[in-house]
Amino acid sequence: MAANTPQPGATNPEIIRNFCIIAHIDHGKSTLADRMLQITGVVDPRHMRAQYLDRMDIERERGITIKSQAVRLPFKADDGIDYVLNLIDTPGHVDFTYEVSRSLAACEGAILLVDAAQGIEAQTLANLYLALENDLTIIPVLNKIDLPAAQPEKYAAELAHIIGCSPDDVLKVSAKTGVGITELLNEAVKQIPSPVGDADAPARALIFDSVYDTYRGVVTYVRVVDGKISEREKIKMMSTNEVHEILEVGVISPEPKPSKAIGVGEVGYLITGVKDVRQSRVGDTITLAAKPAAESLGGYRDPRPMVFSGLYPLDGSDFPLLRDALDKLKLNDAALVYEPESSVALGFGFRCGFLGLLHLEIVRERLEREFDLDLISTAPNVIYRVGMDDGSEHIVTNPSEFPDGKIAEVHEPIVRATILTPNEFVGTIMELCQQRRGTLHGMDYLSEDRVEMRYTLPLAEIVFDFFDQLKSRTRGYASLDYETTGEQMADLVKVDILLHGDPVDAFSAIVHRDKAYSYGVMMAAKLKELIPRQQFEVPIQAAIGARIIARETIRAMRKDVLAKCYGGDISRKRKLLEKQKEGKKRMKMVGRVEVPQEAFIAALSTDDNAAAKAKGK
Amino acid sequence: MPRTLGAYVHVPFCASRCGYCDFNTYTAAELQRDGTTVSVATYADRVISQIAQGHKATPDARAIETVFFGGGTPTLMPAGELVRILVSLRNEYGFAPNAEVTTEANPDSVTAEYLQELRDGGFTRVSFGHQSSASHVLQLLERTHTAGRTWEAVEWARAAGFEHISVDLIYGSQAETDEDLMSTLNDVVSADIDHVSAYSLIVEPGTRMAAKVDRGEVPPASDDVAASRYPMIDSTLRSNGFDWYEVSNWAKPGGECQHNLGYWRNQDWLGIGPGAHAHECGTRMWNHKHPAKWAAAIDQTESPMADHEVLTLDEQRREHIMLRLRLREGLPLDYLTEAGWSKAVEAVIEGLLEQVDDRVVLTNKGRLLADGLVARLWD
Repeated sequence: MAANTPQPGATNPEIIRNFCIIAHIDHGKSTLADRMLQITGVVDPRHMRAQYLDRMDIERERGITIKSQAVRLPFKADDGIDYVLNLIDTPGHVDFTYEVSRSLAACEGAILLVDAAQGIEAQTLANLYLALENDLTIIPVLNKIDLPAAQPEKYAAELAHIIGCSPDDVLKVSAKTGVGITELLNEAVKQIPSPVGDADAPARALIFDSVYDTYRGVVTYVRVVDGKISEREKIKMMSTNEVHEILEVGVISPEPKPSKAIGVGEVGYLITGVKDVRQSRVGDTITLAAKPAAESLGGYRDPRPMVFSGLYPLDGSDFPLLRDALDKLKLNDAALVYEPESSVALGFGFRCGFLGLLHLEIVRERLEREFDLDLISTAPNVIYRVGMDDGSEHIVTNPSEFPDGKIAEVHEPIVRATILTPNEFVGTIMELCQQRRGTLHGMDYLSEDRVEMRYTLPLAEIVFDFFDQLKSRTRGYASLDYETTGEQMADLVKVDILLHGDPVDAFSAIVHRDKAYSYGVMMAAKLKELIPRQQFEVPIQAAIGARIIARETIRAMRKDVLAKCYGGDISRKRKLLEKQKEGKKRMKMVGRVEVPQEAFIAALSTDDNAAAKAKGK
Repeated sequence: MPRTLGAYVHVPFCASRCGYCDFNTYTAAELQRDGTTVSVATYADRVISQIAQGHKATPDARAIETVFFGGGTPTLMPAGELVRILVSLRNEYGFAPNAEVTTEANPDSVTAEYLQELRDGGFTRVSFGHQSSASHVLQLLERTHTAGRTWEAVEWARAAGFEHISVDLIYGSQAETDEDLMSTLNDVVSADIDHVSAYSLIVEPGTRMAAKVDRGEVPPASDDVAASRYPMIDSTLRSNGFDWYEVSNWAKPGGECQHNLGYWRNQDWLGIGPGAHAHECGTRMWNHKHPAKWAAAIDQTESPMADHEVLTLDEQRREHIMLRLRLREGLPLDYLTEAGWSKAVEAVIEGLLEQVDDRVVLTNKGRLLADGLVARLWD
């Protein structure tokens, strides 16, 4: 690196540019970041690998960024000045809106990156609105202009319409080939304001990410607003007043580079030796213990789980492994909450709370992949507030907690949803949203044939299969973003499923009264297919309280004996029975009814293929 | 009690293959296609060689109590050839007094003279594959005989002096109605026989019938139908002088098949012929399945055994439970562990078992659900 490169802790804020990239999955954010690393020379071309900044396997495979990173890039601009660019990466999914907002709060500018063949997607639009709320300078960019399907003029007009700029202001690049990237960096230097802060004020730094590292403990990513943070200093977390000593401070470029300090406007990392990301929370303000700031930077919020699901090991003896695995994941995931739970049908497991469905999926996938666990998850549900006639109130995160007795009112969380779609699908989306108890608030044409639809929907309807339905009904063209906005009163009931008279806790669901019957019929029919015949007749009933609303019957197995068992049949038959007995050990008992595990998995899955697969076994 | 010795002789020939059959049997055309010298004409010599070589390799001082010729269709061989095999067994091992000697027979492959020759040569028992009296059922099963032929053959066998005569039935096939079964049973109870085996039709994978079911040409056989027919068989036979002594077998007093009882009581037996299984004191052995491979071993005076299995004590215990539970005489309780004992008590309460002295015996309901129960009693 050149000798005149500005050093961390001694960098004039005027040459710093802090920005992020707002983009949808697949629109090329990681490729653009890779290209920036190359052009600014921080990565040797021989060491370049695709999506350099995405650390986790799951991220690289799914092409999405879950945890953000920040990288410091030296850049000599067209004006001959050596600048320091801090590229702050943002997570790209609806569940992580709060983390996105904190990343945005660490920037002065944002590159709005949109695929020139697809146009803007709902989540990108939502993040763009967040960026505008944070007063960020927006640089609109169309990517993939080298694609044959690219329509740069059309989507430039769309972006110009949304941001309120001229279509000519929209930059056109190809992150893949490198076309236009240097121009983009020059524009970023020109347009994005340099950070402003008071170098002499008590130190204040915003935590925008916090990552657990097995060897180093928690690595905290910060943006310094005022003052300076130096190694060996004692810092204080302003939300908890906890004090930690800084063991190491530095910048990422793109590997960690320790330094003496980081100052006003700079972005870097610090390590204090804490072992749990909860001790160093995203959105919190860091100050110096010796000379604390009077006021935090504001905007801190405790992560709030919105979606709950029971996670159970397929093999009951894996319960301790699951507990250890969750304990480990929690170190790196401040939003994950869980407590032990037991189910008659599924045994011992954990009730887990997640930010949303993707968060659930990611946690589950990591548990299965990194910890080699086989899991069943119960149907996801939301938090309900149930008020009783006697004035008491229950918070319900699990259908089994739904109170009996006289219920006065039930409140459920609602979301404000934004759906972007080609206009040909408006009708089918309205139909879907109506089925899901949605209320339409408005509709705008973003361009000639693309529409933004705004709905209020119960979160419970979204967590149940909504996204898949939306995608399949619009051939994948519609995109969805939502954020929780509050709650509403609704006519909700708990539907229990009884097997031979015994309720199966894992199958209970809280549903709207109008849908209780169809849920009951659907579950009873599904279970009839999935549960093998027993020695006695097994009624499957769906009930609201004591009232049966649907019923199916599994007829008794009447014959289970091999007709012939002579000399040549004995070994084979013994082995067959031994195998069947092994299979029975993996069955779960509900009362006297033996239920194969596959039946639980298939019944809890909304995917018909899984049901067919389990049945085929 | 010392274990008795039986002998099973497998005859792997059939005139044609029935659609439901997955046994180790071959038509002449199939054997020719496989390029083997094994044929109906040369078979007895090879069998006699196996008997002689086997007895030499593993001498056994016990006299044979029972012999069973099964197949295939043993009666496709000339009666004199079957008798030659029997004589060789007697010469090598010796027969116990009143030894039971059975052959399976196809009603349309025997005549009065043929049966007489068998009887004179030492056979005491014959088992006819009747299957059904309904011609459309026989057609579905691809059986070649006509329904009336069985009863003619029974009369010839009785006239020839056979002590015991049995017929096999297949019930619950897709073509069978309740009335078909009742008419079959009427024929059975009118005939001069002392033993009936009745098997529900199982559509085994790989058979022509399974292929037809897969293609949707024939519906699958229903366990529910079989379950409703079993009590018809049991009550009809029981009210006509027969009683069950094994899940699929009924006999008049003294008509029980001693050879088959040997299987269920875990006695020893020799296995002669391709694919035949043998048992001796907790070791199960079986011969090469294909006649060509089996014959090649015999021709080189090598053992025709394909493989064997030495049962652990617990495997032996599980087999005892599995086999003895099928018998009317029941399962002695001392085969059960403490856990198995409590499962037996459960099964008594569920009406699947009843206790008779120090044994448990399947109830009528339990006989149809024996397999699941066996696995529970293994605990």
